[in-house]
Amino acid sequence: MSENRLRKFHAARWDEPVVMELGHPGRRGQTFPEADPAIRKAVGEAAKLIPAGLARKSPPKLPELSEPEVQRHYLHLSQETLGMMGISLFGTCTMKYNARLSEAIAQRPELAEVHPNQPEESLQGILEIIHSFDLILRELSGMDQFIFQAGGGADAAYTHCCITRAYHQAKGQLAQRDEIITSIQAHPCNAATAAAAGFKVVTLQLEENGYPSVAALKAAVSDRTAALLINNPDDMGIYNPDIKEWIRIVHEAGGLCFYDHANFNGVMGKLRARELGFDACMFMLHKTFGAPKGGGGPAVGAYGCSRELAPFLPAPVVALKDGRYRLDHDRPQSTGKIREYWGNVPQVLKAYAWARAMGAEGINEASDLSVLANNYMDEKLGRLRGLTRSNPGSKSWRMEMTRWGLGKLKEETGVGTVDVANRMADYGIDPYWMSHEPWVVPEPFTPEAGEMYSKEDLDEWIAVIAAIVDEAYADPKRVKTAPHAQPIHQIKGAALEDPQAWAMTWRAYRRKHGKGKAGG
Amino acid sequence: MANSLSDIKQAMLREIGAGSIEELFEQIPVAHRLKAPLKLPRQLKSEAELKRHLITTLSRNETCEKNLNFLGAGCWQHHVPAVVDEIVGRTEFLTSVWGSPQSDHGRNQAWFEYASQLGELLEMDVVQLPVYSWGCAAGHAIRMASRLTGRHEVLLPRLIDPERLSVIRNYCEPVEMRGHIDVVALGHDRKTGGLDLKELKARISNRTAAVYIESPSYLGQLEGRAAEIAAIARAAGAETIMGVDPVSLGVIRPPGDLGADIAVGPTQSLGVHMNCGGGVGGFIASRDEERYVRQYNGFLVSITGTSEPGEYGFSLSSSHQTSYGMREEGRDWTGNSVYLWAIANAVYMSLLGPEGFRELGELILQQAHYAARVLDRIKGVKILFPQGFFKEFVVNFDGTGKTVARVNKALARRGIFGGKDLSREFPELGQSALYCVTEAQTKEDIDRLAAALKEVTGK
Repeated sequence: MSENRLRKFHAARWDEPVVMELGHPGRRGQTFPEADPAIRKAVGEAAKLIPAGLARKSPPKLPELSEPEVQRHYLHLSQETLGMMGISLFGTCTMKYNARLSEAIAQRPELAEVHPNQPEESLQGILEIIHSFDLILRELSGMDQFIFQAGGGADAAYTHCCITRAYHQAKGQLAQRDEIITSIQAHPCNAATAAAAGFKVVTLQLEENGYPSVAALKAAVSDRTAALLINNPDDMGIYNPDIKEWIRIVHEAGGLCFYDHANFNGVMGKLRARELGFDACMFMLHKTFGAPKGGGGPAVGAYGCSRELAPFLPAPVVALKDGRYRLDHDRPQSTGKIREYWGNVPQVLKAYAWARAMGAEGINEASDLSVLANNYMDEKLGRLRGLTRSNPGSKSWRMEMTRWGLGKLKEETGVGTVDVANRMADYGIDPYWMSHEPWVVPEPFTPEAGEMYSKEDLDEWIAVIAAIVDEAYADPKRVKTAPHAQPIHQIKGAALEDPQAWAMTWRAYRRKHGKGKAGG
Repeated sequence: MANSLSDIKQAMLREIGAGSIEELFEQIPVAHRLKAPLKLPRQLKSEAELKRHLITTLSRNETCEKNLNFLGAGCWQHHVPAVVDEIVGRTEFLTSVWGSPQSDHGRNQAWFEYASQLGELLEMDVVQLPVYSWGCAAGHAIRMASRLTGRHEVLLPRLIDPERLSVIRNYCEPVEMRGHIDVVALGHDRKTGGLDLKELKARISNRTAAVYIESPSYLGQLEGRAAEIAAIARAAGAETIMGVDPVSLGVIRPPGDLGADIAVGPTQSLGVHMNCGGGVGGFIASRDEERYVRQYNGFLVSITGTSEPGEYGFSLSSSHQTSYGMREEGRDWTGNSVYLWAIANAVYMSLLGPEGFRELGELILQQAHYAARVLDRIKGVKILFPQGFFKEFVVNFDGTGKTVARVNKALARRGIFGGKDLSREFPELGQSALYCVTEAQTKEDIDRLAAALKEVTGK
């Protein structure tokens, strides 16, 4: 596709009713057999097996549908989901291809129909994969042990906060060490999980270079410092070159250092967390390692740490002993469980498959291509009117993503970043990521090209932005009323925040709005 | 990788005016770069080779398809309808990341339908998108109750899944932390396995933020006095949090009807494969009162209108109160969870409908009770709480003189995964195991288990 040809796209628009409105009394989509006559004879009616007063009084008001109706309804909903069918450069999430092979393997009974409490001898296949992948992550990070219990990146940050508690508790210093340091550019989950774990959060602000200064960090650390939670590079594409010095300062004060490796795609194969001095790090298998997002999980925050912290890890840990894989539950200093069982195992399998398909060279080349693609995008976006690159003072090449701002466009046309994102979908492009709170850059957007998308894809994406910018200057109303080619029109936001109007379930909606169609 | 061809790389480098890719990494100081080159296992470049490797490795697993499985304890073998697998395998759902309420409208609607249908099963008006697990849901709910009441103590049953309890303890923070919530375990009625109400009444006070109960409990028992417990909690100004298995709710009274304020529980039983424990998820629900809504940690999807009259849209409500909106001032934290499974749950509930849940509930009750009775007849084997359970029950082997470990080993040799060993978790229950029977087993399966146990314990 040439650079300037834009798709004439229109999303599927099924005008699909809510499932609760569908069906007919008595219709069935799934039936179960009656219990065997001998069973019925032995135990009698099911109702008699329910303790007094606990039998349900009236049936749940669920829809009554035949199987094909259910299938068709949800297929319609899938078609009304863009879901990366376009070009999705959703920054901070490292969009990449999710191999169908991995999906097919994960659905096999050797994984799907396996219970985690089966005898270890019957789990040797999956334990081998988990252990082998642990070794791969150790090589990529320099850490000494990984676990996969955390159900996402935020949950891995929380895991670190729990391990931080256990570590300082073992030293008898937990009551004193009640502060966790992070930066305003670190993902909100770092600050939030620290607070949820009971720590006071100290947030460093950005300075001229795009990161907090060593002086600011020095002023923040003390004998109350429990840990530092930090990403590097940040979402602006800026790498903090003082990070080793940071770690030295925090360690000297007695704190632990956690590397939120959400932005690993730009540095994989280039550096190791442990070699920089970090005590622990986290990888997102549903991002960097090729497992699918699923609209927000099942996800895995793979958490790795040094030998010193390993005794505090949540149990179990997969270990290899005498050629046999086992689950080590006997960890007396463990911080306890973060989540039941050992994690989203199918995602670990998919990440392992990705790493094996890539190999060391492939992983190294993927970060090469990601950084090349981002700088290519930067160059081309920089030529467009109304766009400003974050940290304009920083002239160096950026890492794998860059934050851009549409502040100037908004000033000149009234068209802001939400409008542009809405309009992009009209061209079959998945809406981009804007920025985490707070918006340090006005009207932000954060594209991340990754290694998968072709140069032609990137050109198309940029051409769409260019077309929308032109449109913003020529016909801003057209952009501000977007989208025009989507399953639905712009939603009304006011009802979402009004306790009298919001409805998180159909029953609440019926109660508040009667049977009629959605209000605003 | 589409851009790995050297002519494309050169064209891109030319466009930006860089001499090499290496140059682009100029921000990283040399001293930060890899000390030793990356050494990883051999690349499996072709799909054929990779497939072979993965299948060969995984084939060392035994499955609950080939073996007879009686393990449950938080991860249960239920039938997963084929349509559920098709829908969650759809690439649009599988690879969606976030989008907008318009671009990913269908997924948002499916999420709303998850909440709407679960709300009907629970008889509750607010349902949040699921969190990581039942234990995580209980943890968040207890923290909600603590913020609602300004109190810092939760009362819960001592006979609880130790894994779940461990998760809850982490959410309640150690004593050194400022938000610490005391976790107080209450004993059980020796006959029913339900909560000891005498102890509850003696222990509850104006310090109590919440009473947390489960029905069915970890050991399978339905809590016959749930409504009474909720009334006691309410009188003390505490919230009642009730953990329930939604798959039971076609036949069992829902938490909304029993006076619970907040309901939590597992989502794996609603159409998600066991996935070696990687299928678990947890729901949180409550009444539609602003004081509850303001305390949710995660994503609430509300129905709303659009600029087109009569058109539905679905988007987040009250999202500013999450960690995305308020960082450390937000409610606990949120992030990626198990939202794809919420779609599996939605499809599953649509397929079953009210009649499906009734049939399923009845079948499970009858089969599980049949199994308990058959096993109880084996010499030396005893069912500890022979009445009032749903799909799980405790089988005690003390009378056989054999340990559960030994029994299970012998069963495994016969292609049977026996119930979960409880002897380390609850020594006071002796050599006991937690058995699970659902619609996935048949009468023949249960009889085969009984025969095997007879043989194994009789030796």
